[in-house]
Amino acid sequence: MVESLYKIRIDGRQFDELRPIKTKVGIIPSADGSAMFETGGTRAIAAVRGPRTLHPQHMQDSKTGVLRVSYGMMPFSVWDRIRPGPSRRSEEISKVCEWALSSVLDLSAFPNSVVDVFIQIPQADAGTRVAGLNAAALALADAGLPMREMISAIAVGKCDKTLIVDVDKAEEDFHEGEGPTDIPVAITSRTKNVSLLQLDGKISVKELAEVIEMAKLACDKILEAQMNALKERNGGTDDE
Amino acid sequence: MAEERKIVIPGETIVSGNSFLPSDGTYRDKDDVVAMRYGLASIDGQHVKVISLSGKYFPRRGNTVIGTIVDITMNGWLIDFGAPGKAFLSLNEVPRYINKNELRDFLDFGDSVVVKIWNIGARGIDVSMKMRGFGRIEDGMLMNVNPNKVPRIIGKEGSMVRLIRNATNCNLTVGQNGKVWVRGESLDGEINVKKIIEYIVKNSTINGLTEKVENFIKELGLNVIKENAPEVEEIEGEKIEDKEVNEIEEKNVEENE
Repeated sequence: MVESLYKIRIDGRQFDELRPIKTKVGIIPSADGSAMFETGGTRAIAAVRGPRTLHPQHMQDSKTGVLRVSYGMMPFSVWDRIRPGPSRRSEEISKVCEWALSSVLDLSAFPNSVVDVFIQIPQADAGTRVAGLNAAALALADAGLPMREMISAIAVGKCDKTLIVDVDKAEEDFHEGEGPTDIPVAITSRTKNVSLLQLDGKISVKELAEVIEMAKLACDKILEAQMNALKERNGGTDDE
Repeated sequence: MAEERKIVIPGETIVSGNSFLPSDGTYRDKDDVVAMRYGLASIDGQHVKVISLSGKYFPRRGNTVIGTIVDITMNGWLIDFGAPGKAFLSLNEVPRYINKNELRDFLDFGDSVVVKIWNIGARGIDVSMKMRGFGRIEDGMLMNVNPNKVPRIIGKEGSMVRLIRNATNCNLTVGQNGKVWVRGESLDGEINVKKIIEYIVKNSTINGLTEKVENFIKELGLNVIKENAPEVEEIEGEKIEDKEVNEIEEKNVEENE
């Protein structure tokens, strides 16, 4: 086998090591549910509003509630500047996050209503959609909404021929050899189903199977962090 | 209270075994009873449920709620009480006859009302104010609390409400949707009630809350009276039995006196 050009990770991590995680639930008192999720230099905050009546009326579903996700990066989240407002990229991420979350959420008890999830990225260092998804899952749980299971998400990547877990910005820009590949994966906590899978780059079928296995292991660790965040929430007195 | 209460997250197994029955906020997955909501898991005999700790108020049948009139229709009023969707108070569900053209004279926009949820259907929520203690709020003070803390404010069979009422000489009605209506003879009394309720909400997770609250009442310079003194207007919502139990207790006290 030909040796990979990517031998040591830039920040010194093991290939299957995650960046340090920080989580907090209940950060936005006026929202019905909220959470913050941070991995290394990436931070996501999520707020849930609802269930509340959906307007315009023609969008209502008389059988079940509707989930609406909006993802956005703050202008100062990167070194340069991101133009505020919806973009092609943010609309796409909103939609895939919506699909990923709706697979576990059960809104059948709230017909004609909507649950709004707002994901914002104050600081970005790659893997923002998975961090956003982790925060959103926490915020939905915090809002007390019925969910069959939790969702944890991670970006697994490939630099040249090396598979790496939790890609950061420097690795995303690794252009030697086969170049960079970025695969965000979301895994449900109980059934271990894949609820989000995207691919940016090139990868063989065999390696993709390996990627999903790595993602499952990493998501177990993230789930643990999410669980702790939720269990600690009630210990604090700031919940209102 | 059951000792084996723990915080669960969605998708977490609460207990295994086919003898358990999944109740509120849980579902069955093969042998396991799994949490469907974030909250406190409680196992009461066979029944397993999850008590919500955060989030919005979800209306249930039989709840007493406090809301505001937001719309008037041909044959009733629409009430907003902080739940998804508005509740409908029909003309037939008010205690006296109202002429269809004079709806506004009875309840106008912005009026606050105490009502009971008697039906939750596909079309919406229906409320009633036909029983004693329900009606328009004329005076006093309304305060908002986290709806998930309401059970603590009510206490076991309304014990906490009785404690507050006796100490402050104020009447209070606790709506399950997190609205509390306080009315007393003096503003000082109402403010004391507000302080006590804020104290309960802040310390709701502590064990032996009643004792703590009693101490806090003493700190405020009030007396803790164990027995019922004033005439009581009881609306606890949740359980009707509670109300009956209280009334029986009150009768007993009167007899003793």
